[in-house]
Amino acid sequence: MESFKKVASMITPLDKVNVDTDQIIPKQFLKLIQKSGFGKFLFFDWRYDEHENKRPDFVLNDSRYANSKILVAGDNFGCGSSREHAVWALLDYGFSVIIAPSFADIFFSNCFKNGILPISLDEKTVEKLQKETNPIEVDLEKQTITTPSEKIFFNIDPHKKKILLEGLDDIAQTLQYEDKITEFEKNSGIPPILIND
Amino acid sequence: MNIVEKILARASNKSKVSPDDVVFANVDKVMVHDVSGPGVIKVFDKLKKQGISVDKLWDSSKVWVAEDHFVPSAEKVSAENIVKLSNFTKQYGIEKHFKYGMGQYGICHTISHEEAMVMPGDVYVGGDSHTNTTGALGAFSCGLGHTDVAYVLLNGKIWFKVPETYYFRLNGKLPDHVMAKDFILKIIGDIGTDGGAYRTMQFGGSGIDEMSVQSRLTLCNMTTEAGAKNGIVEPDQKVIDYLTRRGATNLSLVKGDADAEYEKMFEYEGSEMEPVVAKPFSPENISIVRESPSVELDKCYIGSCTGAKYEDLEAAARILKGRKVKIRTEILPAAISIYRRAMENGLLKIFLDAGVTVGPPTCGACCGAHMGVLAKDEICISTTNRNFPGRMGHVESQTYLSSPLVAAASAVTGKITDPRDLK
Repeated sequence: MESFKKVASMITPLDKVNVDTDQIIPKQFLKLIQKSGFGKFLFFDWRYDEHENKRPDFVLNDSRYANSKILVAGDNFGCGSSREHAVWALLDYGFSVIIAPSFADIFFSNCFKNGILPISLDEKTVEKLQKETNPIEVDLEKQTITTPSEKIFFNIDPHKKKILLEGLDDIAQTLQYEDKITEFEKNSGIPPILIND
Repeated sequence: MNIVEKILARASNKSKVSPDDVVFANVDKVMVHDVSGPGVIKVFDKLKKQGISVDKLWDSSKVWVAEDHFVPSAEKVSAENIVKLSNFTKQYGIEKHFKYGMGQYGICHTISHEEAMVMPGDVYVGGDSHTNTTGALGAFSCGLGHTDVAYVLLNGKIWFKVPETYYFRLNGKLPDHVMAKDFILKIIGDIGTDGGAYRTMQFGGSGIDEMSVQSRLTLCNMTTEAGAKNGIVEPDQKVIDYLTRRGATNLSLVKGDADAEYEKMFEYEGSEMEPVVAKPFSPENISIVRESPSVELDKCYIGSCTGAKYEDLEAAARILKGRKVKIRTEILPAAISIYRRAMENGLLKIFLDAGVTVGPPTCGACCGAHMGVLAKDEICISTTNRNFPGRMGHVESQTYLSSPLVAAASAVTGKITDPRDLK
């Protein structure tokens, strides 16, 4: 996984609550066996009509947001099916930060496994960010979001922060400690608690 | 400790755990299906490229595989996935692979209890968000993403933050016209689709004691739609009987302590419960059936892990016996074992006499995959679990979620109907 430090870009406002993973990547694309390329199917039914023409009123079809890396959405983002394809599609499309008042549990966890930073902020701040038309900067190290008018602090679990900053995934991280784990298990008979540092 | 804390303490070799503790739990069972399986294979391919060995799993005997989302294959990509899945189980020596066309198979969450794959007190994870269904057997069950499942397959362990528990007490039996589905929809309506976020939703009280295991499965299944980590019911003699009938032995029941703590208590009176529907486009959008708008329906779908267990089919048959459906109606038993019982007990005849199409076990149209997906503007009443835009087909189709009783009654009238109001 690539390491995550800072992202600066325009935001893409997605003013919807309860965006479920089936909207993010509709079921017909779950069958695809290839490893990448899910980005072109991101929000497919919202992006395209039944003849696969772009729907001009959908935000991803608005050229102003073409290179955006930061998605700002409503409450309970990523609910529904546990499909990790949803995170793969967002990442492949180019999003590396998602800001919302709240996230669904499995989706939230899947983000960290793939190098996406999900940021949960209070509803008012999210609403304000959705209206931001200038580029903003998200700094994971400092845990800040900088807009032309203010600096917003966000919370993140220190362990998850480390995973993103170092580009580790759980499996790679466990392997870093494989010797210690084996040693510990031999001596204590108790499953190890992974050490953070 | 409550039941969840006890299970996680046991699984992480600790004498005590509390909410918000992070534990590294040993997993008892893992499940993948024809969507998460190929997803896990992708993760394995990536790991292989990083030089990580994926030559063997931590314990193939604890892994089982279902084919449910896109089976029987409707086109060649799905067919290729099934081949891929078969190669995967062969490569890793996984013996419990329930293949369609080879005896028992069905929706993974139905197989999990029909085949007694999950035991009380187990930590059970799977690559699907409704894995929590078996919380009804007294297990700590939850869904994971593909990377997490890959991790468990290789290591047999996974991190959990011990969840806080919300306790939902049902006082007294539900009336005959009200099903567990109505109760869980009512709860989701009350707390919202993220109301249970990172909580366990525990169900108890005299109404739950009276409830069948199958009804409890419905409750735990839909805790997903409340955003919960999972749902759980303390196991009792009914669970022992249910699993024993399905071949399980040596059951031990984990229960919470008398002084167990819960973050919040919710009280419901069984006698006050009403048949409800969840209107488009969210499971929290609840309306009492008798107060619902008069909507002309196009279809009725009785299927899925939520709404096609034997008890669900029996409820539908109670309504459909001697009646005819007025709209297209499909019934898809959730597993072959259920299909067989429905045949042996005459339910299939009732359905066919009523004009219903009976299909094979599959997730089918619940997730909009195949087997009767919805066209633009079509309106469906369904015993499934989600009604987000496009869930069952076209993004401009509409789904009303209901119990099998309400769905069957509505199939007869062509409008959303309380089973008490059928002539």
